[in-house]
Amino acid sequence: MQKYSGFGLLRHALTYHENWQRVWRNPKPKKKYDVIIVGGGGHGLATAYYLARVHNITNVAVVEKGYLGGGNTARNTTIVRSNYLWDEAALLYEHAMKLWEGLSQELNYNLMFSQRGVLNLGHTLQDMRDIHRRVSANRLNGIDSEALDARGVQEIVPILDCSASRRYPVLGASWQPRAGVARHDAVAWGFARAADAMGVDLLQQCEVTDILTEDGAAIGVETRQHGVIHGDRIGCVVAGNSGVLAKMAGFRLPIESHPLQALVSEPIRPLLDTVVMSNHVHGYISQSDKGDLVIGAGIDGYNGYGQRGSYPTVEHTLQAIVEMFPIFSRVRMNRQWGGIVDTCPDACPIISDTPVENLFFNCGWGTGGFKATPGSGHVFATTLATGQPHDLARPFSMFRFHNGALIDEHGAAGVAH
Amino acid sequence: MTQRNRLDTGGRIDRGTPLGFKFNGQHYQGFAGDTLASALLANGVDVIGRSFKYSRPRGIVAASAEEPNAVFQLGATEATQVPNVRATQQELFDGLVSQPTSGWPGLKIDFMGVVGSLLGRMLPPGFYYKTFMFPQAAWDTYEKYIRKAAGLGRSPRKPDVDTYDHLNHHTDVLIVGAGPTGLSAALSAARAGARVILADEQAEMGGSLLDCTDKLDDKPAAEWVRGTLQELAGYDNVLLLPRATVNGYHDHNFLTIHERRTDHCADHAPTNLSRQRLHRVRARWVVLATGAHERPLVYGHNDLPGCMLASAVSTYINRYAVVPGRKLVLMTTNDNAYRTAFDWQDAGREVVAIVDTRAYATGAWQAEAERRGLKILKGMAVIEARGRQRVTGAVVAGLTSDGNRVTGDRQILNCDTLASSGGWSPVVHLSCHTGSRPVWDDDAIGFLPGKTVQQQLVAGAVNGRYSLSDCLTDGASIGAEAATKAGFPAKPATVPFVRTRPEIGAMALFCVPHPKPNSRAPKQFVDFQTDVTAAAIELATREGFESIEHIKRYTAMGFGTDQGKLGNINGMAVAAKSLNQTIPETGTTIFRPNYTPVTFGAIAGRHCNDLFDPIRYSAMHEWHVRNGARFEDVGQWKRPWYFPKADETMQQALNRECLATRESVGILDASTLGKIDIQGKDAREFLGRIYTNAWAKLPVGKCRYGLMCKEDGMVFDDGVTSCMGENHFVMTTTTGGAAGVLEWLELYHQTEWPELDVYMNTVTDHWATMTLAGPNARKLLAELTDDIDLDRDRFRFMDWRQGTVAGVPARVFRISFTGELSYEINVQANYGLHVWETLFDHGAKYKLTPYGTETMHILRAEKGFIIAGQDTDGSVHPYDLGMSWAVKEDKPFSFIGKRGMKREDCVRANRKQLVGIKTKDPSVVLPEGAQAVDNPDHPLPVPMLGHITSSYYSACLGRSIALGVIKGGHNRMGDTVHYPLADGRIVEAEICNTIFLDPEGERQNV
Amino acid sequence: MFYLFCPYCGEHREEEEFHPRGQAHLSRPEDPDGCTDEEWGDFIYFRTNPRGLHHEIWVHAVGCRKFFNVTRDTQSYEILETYRMGSAPRITDLNDKQQSREVQA
Repeated sequence: MQKYSGFGLLRHALTYHENWQRVWRNPKPKKKYDVIIVGGGGHGLATAYYLARVHNITNVAVVEKGYLGGGNTARNTTIVRSNYLWDEAALLYEHAMKLWEGLSQELNYNLMFSQRGVLNLGHTLQDMRDIHRRVSANRLNGIDSEALDARGVQEIVPILDCSASRRYPVLGASWQPRAGVARHDAVAWGFARAADAMGVDLLQQCEVTDILTEDGAAIGVETRQHGVIHGDRIGCVVAGNSGVLAKMAGFRLPIESHPLQALVSEPIRPLLDTVVMSNHVHGYISQSDKGDLVIGAGIDGYNGYGQRGSYPTVEHTLQAIVEMFPIFSRVRMNRQWGGIVDTCPDACPIISDTPVENLFFNCGWGTGGFKATPGSGHVFATTLATGQPHDLARPFSMFRFHNGALIDEHGAAGVAH
Repeated sequence: MTQRNRLDTGGRIDRGTPLGFKFNGQHYQGFAGDTLASALLANGVDVIGRSFKYSRPRGIVAASAEEPNAVFQLGATEATQVPNVRATQQELFDGLVSQPTSGWPGLKIDFMGVVGSLLGRMLPPGFYYKTFMFPQAAWDTYEKYIRKAAGLGRSPRKPDVDTYDHLNHHTDVLIVGAGPTGLSAALSAARAGARVILADEQAEMGGSLLDCTDKLDDKPAAEWVRGTLQELAGYDNVLLLPRATVNGYHDHNFLTIHERRTDHCADHAPTNLSRQRLHRVRARWVVLATGAHERPLVYGHNDLPGCMLASAVSTYINRYAVVPGRKLVLMTTNDNAYRTAFDWQDAGREVVAIVDTRAYATGAWQAEAERRGLKILKGMAVIEARGRQRVTGAVVAGLTSDGNRVTGDRQILNCDTLASSGGWSPVVHLSCHTGSRPVWDDDAIGFLPGKTVQQQLVAGAVNGRYSLSDCLTDGASIGAEAATKAGFPAKPATVPFVRTRPEIGAMALFCVPHPKPNSRAPKQFVDFQTDVTAAAIELATREGFESIEHIKRYTAMGFGTDQGKLGNINGMAVAAKSLNQTIPETGTTIFRPNYTPVTFGAIAGRHCNDLFDPIRYSAMHEWHVRNGARFEDVGQWKRPWYFPKADETMQQALNRECLATRESVGILDASTLGKIDIQGKDAREFLGRIYTNAWAKLPVGKCRYGLMCKEDGMVFDDGVTSCMGENHFVMTTTTGGAAGVLEWLELYHQTEWPELDVYMNTVTDHWATMTLAGPNARKLLAELTDDIDLDRDRFRFMDWRQGTVAGVPARVFRISFTGELSYEINVQANYGLHVWETLFDHGAKYKLTPYGTETMHILRAEKGFIIAGQDTDGSVHPYDLGMSWAVKEDKPFSFIGKRGMKREDCVRANRKQLVGIKTKDPSVVLPEGAQAVDNPDHPLPVPMLGHITSSYYSACLGRSIALGVIKGGHNRMGDTVHYPLADGRIVEAEICNTIFLDPEGERQNV
Repeated sequence: MFYLFCPYCGEHREEEEFHPRGQAHLSRPEDPDGCTDEEWGDFIYFRTNPRGLHHEIWVHAVGCRKFFNVTRDTQSYEILETYRMGSAPRITDLNDKQQSREVQA
């Protein structure tokens, strides 16, 4: 793999950048792989990378129907945090967080991982109870987390309107300093480049049309472009298409796919250097290194694979942003888009074996997928390498929806009295 | 400064109304009818900004929405700042203040410019992915500097002074674009009587007709426009919306139109007028008459000020009477752009040459050029521009017929303006918003709207029909078709005759080749705003970024505020060539709303500040305000939280409220609790299925507490339901849960058990509810009623009675959430304040004390009563709460939640269970949310047992009390657990029963 | 934003008046107590979640408060039919779209 560095850049500048190597090959598919990973998004590519790097399994194909990192990796609002409530989720996301720290160097690819901190605002007394509960749990789990009052919030974000005159005044927040944002595309590309360098075949424009089974065990995939590709183990990491793939394999998932929208403003001079999220007024916002305000909208309630949602969702989101930041009223929205999020009933992912032997699914990340990318890939690689779940992944079996051991991450936001 | 580029005659500007404005600190003058861009060009302002990455000087390129460079900061005051306004779309007004958004500290002396030119070579696409990585901690530092260069304009620092509003419409036909196509479509549809909305982004309707020199029916085009608009304005069924951009096309023909109502008057709206309006339109049929954007050609140094779109040059001359230079070189791939040379010549300026890339260009337009004495260089192209702050010359060379290589000698043409036309790109954006992919058309040399499921028609240039007469004809027939489909049979309007010359075929050329490879040629810009060059796109493909989406993301092409309107198709062509593909094989990126940027405030509309979310008040709210209540937001309600007296702290107020209630009598406004009226002969059966406990035998006049679970067995709401009659019940719910519970009940009734004869409706707002609690509650109530027998044995705990309270019909429920003798008085909401005040009139002798939600919480916690949503979180079932008494397992119907709470994980030992928690030190009040551990010295992560759900100081008990969940807590009574707090303290506490006060429940029975 | 025809009100109304409530035609097992954990979990959590034709429940939340069924293409978001609770869909295959247009007309 060609090493990237400032010096290298200078050298290439002198030769008009004509000699940069390809970041990945365009390989011809082999007949058979040890592991086939369906889905070339961030999670799939990370899985391939850790399979090769941690488990020395390099006879691996990543089968992607479009372009690498073209699904939710390309469409999210790039927030990375690990301050989840329940131990199972918190430890999984914290595992990811630790991998994020140092990942640019490990991959020799600047992911622009920027630990600028994330605030989760509280606007009601119950919000604050939930915040204290989560912060308290985070600290005992070894995750950096603080509960702030409104003054503390105001100090961190001077432009946030924390006055008591708002419809839902800010009462406080949880604050995770190590949280932040990363450059989403770079994550996919960095993992892809490193996986490719270790021999993983990245098969783009290769759509899986069927999962082939024999005696209840998966043996390969049928693809539109390259026919049958065999694999000893198959891992599906296809956010937004999990239900479709599961149907090919003959089972259902406890998942519904919903549109999740996001939008950006035109680029403006930097004035917001942290991430601000509010569940109560329903909006979250950060400012990218390019200057865009990156704003997350809500999930649309209906099932949708259209990569777009309904306009009122965008309206509500901007109402929330203007409510929190009245000074942004005259800033202009440049562009909106949508992704497809696979949501589980407990707002936690599925990292699991399935009713089909040798077929594994990593899905259901809902709105939380991006931040977990390296952790998700790392633990799923263990599953694919050994057939057994990584300890951190064990609670996330799809069979928890049968025995009832859910990890209810939206439960903490219950009804109010 | 004089308007040195302004013509003495012509144009649509009003020379009688001069307007002063400021740009970059300098004063200038323009005329009414100018845009900021035309006024700057009139004043000869060449350099209006610096480029984002390489800090190169930039000038105005276009005259409309596709302008990438002239992006300014507007506003004379802090509160009226607007970032990133496109000068080509900003009408001039007197006193306008604008600033460039790039090029600190100045346009001429540019610090970044020095750095940029030195380091320009170091900044290939994606350079930041390849560097700034060492050491790990340094990225924060690098990032700070990178962020300094970010952004264009800036956000105001003060809240907006303006308001925005929304208007909803239903219409039969929405026509997008009021150029020749849209206008004739509107005529056809309007004449048939269809409701028509015609929206156009410009101040004046007419589109290309406003700068067109062709005659319609042998009269100036503007005359036809005037007549047409006059006719349309005369129809009641037509709404004309100028200054209104259709910026989004959403599902089922829902479109949003962003109208700038006052931005042409001043930088803020006049009093009582909204600045901008968002029209939300549901249209039966949509006609897209959005036209086409001219495509510039890509060549070396094509970003120098003076390099412009051919059609933009014509627009400035004909519409604004501004000739943006002296000596013109025009490069074109088509006949259409010849007009620009003619317009330039007619304006009295020199046309140096027409450089036509087509060797075969011999037709009517060439003949006219020759008649005019203009030089045409055929089969040639401008390979690079020369100049520093402005074009001074064009390097021209021969071109092979396939346009792939340069041949022959080079010559240099001296000029100060270099106009180019590479043909047209249909404005397909809106048609793509709902997921339709555009389709390449070789004849149109552009992408046309593709198949759609929307009720959409396309007409004119957006459909590849570029000529004026085609636009008029197409518009008329498509307008008629739309009206007909919408139910208004229509004939196409007759369209005027256009006298023009026939055109010969255009050449598909996008990037002009250079003798050097693109990697070494002078920079050939594809996307000006993001500084993406042809070489950058080629490099991206060489590195393996082969999908157009990868190319876009790696190079940032199309990420500007113009979203690539000018450059994207050229970029795709460069990528296609580099990948040895056709353009359709390469494909487009996805077009998304907005077409052009829309103010946040306009999208938010009036739904901000107090109107962000409706505020709900109880009937007694005014009294609470008068009596100094502090409020808590619960759902949309404002509930009194506590009632502090003069100098009281919150805790002092709570202590007083609690003690007064336990010792004498207190009163709570409980109006916000959800109330659902349930009737029907199966109402009782229905309740039995919905609640976990038994309802079959509840007699009329009695009340019962119930728990409601979801199918997973987890508690989601609770409340008291009373039997009003054999077939009539009133259910209460939590305040925040009311709407959800009603929908839940309806869901089960309508989808699972439609056979049950039961009806329900919310009556929350019908009733004002006040809870009298305390040993003197009966005495006080007795003073206000003479028809309700309050005798303790005849009106017992969990009974309700109908009667009169304070002269008003009332329902009185003897139920208790405090453990005290307690009556919940319900009266019609509009009597609420009267009854409340009457209670206080009589209550003074009992020291009747109002209390809020916080005291309610404390009093109920003393009794171990749960609050759904605080002590539950969707993961606890009734057994976890120790409320098995509220579950009736042997009901004939398997009630909701029953099966769920029997699942393997729900019956395991060691579940988190609700218990009481007493701190060893009675003065320490645990924070709610604190997590219990067995061993506080355990290394991180520390195994946790469960958290505190409720915690208070109890004045009645003289100590702190808490409720919380503990793993296996029901079997750990008396155990000690530890609560490590954020401040480092570790609080020791004992697990105990949840009931802290009056375990026998005697107080409520007095 | 969707434009939904409420089969009870007999009118098209804006999506803002409705809430989606997930997959339609799921029925609660007759004998919940006789279900295995797996069967019960399947009922409460597992869904078909198709890309394409989907029968789903919506409620006219701020209108008549009635629940009704919608047949919708989850890819194009085209609504093919809406029908009352208790009745069966007429369209069960995306190829029947043409038929739907006739039904709606």
